[in-house]
Amino acid sequence: MTDALPAFEGEEALIVTGISGRLGRRLTRLLHRQGRVIGIDRRPFPDRPSDVEHHELDLRSGRVRDVFRRAPVRAVVHLGVLHDPRKSAQDNLAYNVLSWRRLSEWVEQVGVSKLVVLSSANVYGPRPENPHFLSEEAPLLAAGRFSDIRDLVELDLASQSFFWRRPETETVILRPAHILGTVTNAPSNYFRLAHPPTLLGFDPMIQVVHQDDVVRAIVLALKPGIRGIFNLAGPPPVALSRALQLLGRRALPVPHGLARAAVDQLFRWHMTSFPAPELDFIRYVCMVDDTRARSILGYESRHDLTQTLSSVDDERWVD
Amino acid sequence: MRLVLDPRTALARIADVKNYGAPWFSRLREGVRSAAHQLGVKLLGEDFDDRIRILEERYREAGDPFGFDPATARRAVAICAFFHRLYFRTEVFGIENVPAGRVLLIANHSGQVPIDAAIIGCALFLDKDPPRVTRSMVDKWTASLPFVSAFFNKVGQVVGLPENARRLLGMGELLLAFPEGIRGVAKPFSRRYELEEFGLGFMRLAIETETPIVPVSVIGAEEQYVSLGNLEWAARALDIPVFPLVPQLLVPGGQLPLPTKYRLHFGEPMYFHGDPDDDDQVIADKVWLVRQIIAHQIRSGLRARRGVFF
Repeated sequence: MTDALPAFEGEEALIVTGISGRLGRRLTRLLHRQGRVIGIDRRPFPDRPSDVEHHELDLRSGRVRDVFRRAPVRAVVHLGVLHDPRKSAQDNLAYNVLSWRRLSEWVEQVGVSKLVVLSSANVYGPRPENPHFLSEEAPLLAAGRFSDIRDLVELDLASQSFFWRRPETETVILRPAHILGTVTNAPSNYFRLAHPPTLLGFDPMIQVVHQDDVVRAIVLALKPGIRGIFNLAGPPPVALSRALQLLGRRALPVPHGLARAAVDQLFRWHMTSFPAPELDFIRYVCMVDDTRARSILGYESRHDLTQTLSSVDDERWVD
Repeated sequence: MRLVLDPRTALARIADVKNYGAPWFSRLREGVRSAAHQLGVKLLGEDFDDRIRILEERYREAGDPFGFDPATARRAVAICAFFHRLYFRTEVFGIENVPAGRVLLIANHSGQVPIDAAIIGCALFLDKDPPRVTRSMVDKWTASLPFVSAFFNKVGQVVGLPENARRLLGMGELLLAFPEGIRGVAKPFSRRYELEEFGLGFMRLAIETETPIVPVSVIGAEEQYVSLGNLEWAARALDIPVFPLVPQLLVPGGQLPLPTKYRLHFGEPMYFHGDPDDDDQVIADKVWLVRQIIAHQIRSGLRARRGVFF
């Protein structure tokens, strides 16, 4: 796994925001022996390796500047994106856009040469009229049907404008398909259900990608000279019904109107964290073409479909 | 008298039935089985399983990215074969003109319900060697319909967008497109066998990907449902593309299409060169050539046929 890692030298540090999340911790474990890793997160990072420096800070606070000033920063990986459907869209938007704004200011002031932002393929939005495989140039239309996802779209757009505005910093935007693994996100939670509901009469093709493949893509993106937007897909796409079958889950088909009303009501009663409009992700196609990542980034998915899917059942307290 | 049920005599009686009744019964069963087999062979051909196997092998390792599923296709072809062989008694001409590898089939569209696409797909699967999977370009609207969208995915239909078509041609697939689109299907009976305007997108795609075009004409589909016209306000109210007025639907059994005789003519492949981003006028001239060939095939086909139903 170490073959593709770029060399880090001396005191130069890698700053990882949102380091206490599962992706952040896995990235840290992969990189901390090769160079200095500094974490910024509001959450504590209790079991961190002893050579990792951690700051329990809100990204919007002024003290983040001291972290940037203290050590020469070689690269920043921005994983500290918060998308809590329970919070109001306003709060999410304010947090993500403002923390991005501050972060990009520090990156600009200190003159960091590399910035990696983890966006998501969800920003394209599931739509019946989508091409089967969306390229990086496709418009980000997710917020059209589902306005609560506006913060993630906004973040992606802000990163793009930073990419153009500041050519001195190599900005990389990664848009992975549904990340599966021990991570806490909607697709992994969905596949962990014993009886995942599906929409009666709909069986879209989906793409899933293993969390470790995404971590490796982040590492690859740190290589000097890499810049731009990259879609990330895992193993070949699969029909949702087939994915559930491979996992041994018993699907629960529900007509769309009923499912929407039920999920809406359950959400209001705090019995689910899936917002009803997100049902479109199991209704319409939202898949990406990752040719660019495979040719330029040298990315490949090392986990096959069965491994990727079954990773949602891995013991989650281990890491 | 008390009836004594002795297990031994009961067994003996069963043995009797087996000895005297069974030969007759098993002969009947054999007869039914062989009749079913013969019907199956008549509909699907001797080598149906081999044909399915060819497909399964083709999509084995990675599967089809668009969701084609040979098992579903097998069932769909089996149902479709009934219509193809017995109901519409399709006559297929020139199917050997369809070249191997990537190819774009351009056909006239008609008949209110796109049965013509299913019959073309069925013919290319059952009558062509080696069998081909037809990937037809369907309207975006169908992707939002429950059941239809899932079924179309599984039998290899794809939303008709240039990106999708480009990828499929890159995979060496056979594409079927109806450049008349929904206007062609929804034509009233009075305008049968008149071609609507053709879209230009298919020609740009063919030039760009250097794909041969095979013009296909379908005769017989126009008469399957007799439409008196289109109720635009009803279509608008229901948010569907067209609302054809088909009186036969009100007659019991009229929901099935009329058993017209289908005739498919596959023309010789046409090759086009030039700049795919050329002016509309230049592209339209090339499209006109394809349209003329299809119109000619329809005219000569109509002249040759003796009647609508035979």
